[in-house]
Amino acid sequence: MPTMVDLNDVAKRYGDGPLVLDGVSFRAEKGDLISLIGPSGCGKTTLLRLIAGLSPLSAGSLAVEGRAPSIGSREIACVFQDPTLLPWLTIQKNVELPLRLRGVSTAEREIVAQRMLSLVRLSECAQRYPRQLSGGQRMRASIARALSLSPDILLLDEPFGALDEMTRAHLNEELLDIHRQEAWTGFFVTHSVAEAVFLSNRILIMRANPGRIIHEISVDLPYPRTEQTRESGAFLSLVGRVSSLLRAAEPLPA
Amino acid sequence: MSKPGKRILTFALPAIAGILFLAVWYGVRAMMSEDQKFLLPSPVEVLSAFGEHRSVLLHASLNTLEGALIGFSAAIVISLLLALVLSLSPLVRASLYPYLMLLQMTPVIVIAPIILQWARPGLPSVSIITFLICFFPLVVNTTQGLISTDRNLVDLFRLYGANKRQEICLLRLPAALPYFFTGLRIAATLGPIGAIMGDFTAGSSAGDGGGLGFQAIIFSSQLKMAALFATAMTGCLLGFVFVAGVVFLGWWTLHHWHDSYHRADS
Repeated sequence: MPTMVDLNDVAKRYGDGPLVLDGVSFRAEKGDLISLIGPSGCGKTTLLRLIAGLSPLSAGSLAVEGRAPSIGSREIACVFQDPTLLPWLTIQKNVELPLRLRGVSTAEREIVAQRMLSLVRLSECAQRYPRQLSGGQRMRASIARALSLSPDILLLDEPFGALDEMTRAHLNEELLDIHRQEAWTGFFVTHSVAEAVFLSNRILIMRANPGRIIHEISVDLPYPRTEQTRESGAFLSLVGRVSSLLRAAEPLPA
Repeated sequence: MSKPGKRILTFALPAIAGILFLAVWYGVRAMMSEDQKFLLPSPVEVLSAFGEHRSVLLHASLNTLEGALIGFSAAIVISLLLALVLSLSPLVRASLYPYLMLLQMTPVIVIAPIILQWARPGLPSVSIITFLICFFPLVVNTTQGLISTDRNLVDLFRLYGANKRQEICLLRLPAALPYFFTGLRIAATLGPIGAIMGDFTAGSSAGDGGGLGFQAIIFSSQLKMAALFATAMTGCLLGFVFVAGVVFLGWWTLHHWHDSYHRADS
């Protein structure tokens, strides 16, 4: 499997502030779906920003497909915690946006947007405005927009955090389905242990002050994963294991 | 209260308030001595003054409207350009804001004679005075809009390699529209007032025959009180048309996407 992202002893601090990340090293292979889990402030989002090229490293090295990360490169797309759709554009125009910014012709970007909207089952909402959609639909539109560039790497920063449990579980399954079809390498930030275990083949557990990776767990549950996966003993035991490692990493204050 | 009851009250209360207002008007007049009554003409006299001076008032209104529109439009264009410059960095804002404040704090009534010396009396001076009055709320609100763009959206544009022109045209300007329209609504209420005030201090009968402010001076010198009241009400009507136009424009531009037009309780 080719290496998509390679971090070596990466550190990050903002200005003169304390270290946000320190000694972070890992490799992501093509097709990996890696969850980053840890307490608030452990640098999960910062790590994604470094991979996206939105923020420079303070120390260490980082290679994305063998090169230093650069913004505007076609291989990386991002889904934020909020859907970040432009409220004045229809859903279709929102999905077309990354292609429009790259000067792709109107006809071509319409075809791509329609394909992506059908992938996230939002074709019927193409001409609606974001405010006319539910939270879950908006997030699916945001994912469709990220996928419109056919990225090699997809960064998802707690995309389902604000959604209700049922919608979240449903979108988890949809995301895995899209991952199976599009075969990108994914980084998924979450606070939910069950979500991390359900989605990923690898889980990186982080701790704060400064942020670092303290455990890596391999999730050997077979794909495709469904509702039955969530009820299986192997799933529940992995959830228990990751939870106890998280608790040990960040003991509750007395 | 039931819905139809509420609806009836919505129409009935302003009508009752209007009748009360007329009653007070007539009441005050009734208490005045005969030689004082010319100070407060009756509503009927005001209406007949409307009829008597309608062509003069219409002509003056159009002149005022012309000055208001020129000043207002110039304020929109220049405030947009300046807001774009101000949004570049906090340093630029810190350098220019004190002077903008200074301009805003200087009373127009004091600046008007200076403008009168620089530009011709009449339309040029009136337009400049209107511009000065409308300019500040527009530039402050638009700048605020341009610098308040959602950080995540800016990141998104950077991530997708947007250039500066794309970031301004496709993100910052549309995102600033609600702020711009807030400024525009304030400027629209000030525009006709500015034009009338400008006309009052720098109006001229030369060529265009003057606007409502200039007409007010003429009626005042002739002690035509009813005509003065009619002039004031024409100015009020003009202001209303101006604001209504801007409110409609704001609705037309924003209603399909902006939350302020879709409140849960509306």
